[in-house]
Amino acid sequence: MTQVSFEASFQKKIDEEIMIEPQDYMPDEYRKTLIRQISQHAHSEIVGMLPEANWITRAPSLRRKAVLLAKVQDEGGHGLYLYSAAETLGITRDQMLQQLHTGAAKYSSIFNYPTITWADMGAIGWLVDGAAIMNQVPLCRTSYGPYARAMVRVCKEESFHQRQGYEIMLTLAKGTPVQKQMAQDALNRWWAPALMMFGPLDAVSPNTAKSMEWRIKRFTNDELRQRFIDVTVEQIRILGLDLPDANIKWNEERGHYDSSELNWDEFWNVVKGNGPCNKERLATRVKAWEDGAWVREAASAYAEKRKTKKAA
Amino acid sequence: MSNENKEWPLWEVFIRSKAGLDHKHAGSLHAADAQMAIENARDVYTRRMEGVSIWVVESKHIHASNPEEAAAFFDPAQDKIYRHPTFYNLPDELKHM
Repeated sequence: MTQVSFEASFQKKIDEEIMIEPQDYMPDEYRKTLIRQISQHAHSEIVGMLPEANWITRAPSLRRKAVLLAKVQDEGGHGLYLYSAAETLGITRDQMLQQLHTGAAKYSSIFNYPTITWADMGAIGWLVDGAAIMNQVPLCRTSYGPYARAMVRVCKEESFHQRQGYEIMLTLAKGTPVQKQMAQDALNRWWAPALMMFGPLDAVSPNTAKSMEWRIKRFTNDELRQRFIDVTVEQIRILGLDLPDANIKWNEERGHYDSSELNWDEFWNVVKGNGPCNKERLATRVKAWEDGAWVREAASAYAEKRKTKKAA
Repeated sequence: MSNENKEWPLWEVFIRSKAGLDHKHAGSLHAADAQMAIENARDVYTRRMEGVSIWVVESKHIHASNPEEAAAFFDPAQDKIYRHPTFYNLPDELKHM
């Protein structure tokens, strides 16, 4: 087959909803887009462990502590599923980690915000994991097999994350006035960053059109963001908290809630590395990797030693 | 910061979800040796009781059919519908066959 016919038959498969598997032909751009998206996704899971790890030792009860530990462990697992999926495209784990550690690769900007009160654990589980689920459910049908399979696994595990977060918010919202204020403050702070998790506006999102054509993405950033706003407004009402944005209003004509324009200067600023915690997060990751070097070396040496013993 | 040559080998993980079922491919992971691969597989792939048994095999030992030749390779089975029970026209009154 010629290059042109390879690409035509690739697009035909995509259009017929036939999944692409690692050894199948795929255009270089498709491969590059997937490596970028899946590795960013993996990095987000791994860096995403940090803001919550901050509260494991300070959780208000043993139950909350066990739950938070399990959630953070899940996130580590999700990162591993995703790194493995990316590796099937021909990039190594070490290359990806290097890209993360040098700042060449991005991760979700949301994790560059600080977690200053216990209520942030509630808001993160509810809003951040909630937004992630909204993004990830359609990815279970993404066109690249290993990515889709990883996402099925992630989505199955993720729903407890959101529910435990909402439960924390509910407990605080029904608690003392000070606790309720903590919940409100966390909602107010996390609302806009959570909405930014869906990525830039469609009008300025450079990758959306191609990703839709390749069925990597099934819905645009703005569609998913709107869907998230619509379901979350109802959830805020059930908590009995105030809406975090005075411009949230039901629009009969559109059949959706309207809301304020987001501060995209802030978004791009955080993406570029100038958010409140970018440097701290990256430094923590790099330190963990460097401090773990002797463990990796020792394990390799031990495996080597056992191999030679067995051979003897 | 990272060292390309020291990356632990990649392992494919197969999990039997309960007694009586096949081991099924679950995913892959890196580990220094087989024992570590099994222990990591437990933590990565069976946090919610998804398995009662784990197999791991180093990915480099897996040999696969060539997807580019898939059409020709699997073609011989395509025109042999007589291998399926529904191919045969038998009277309706015939039961349990």
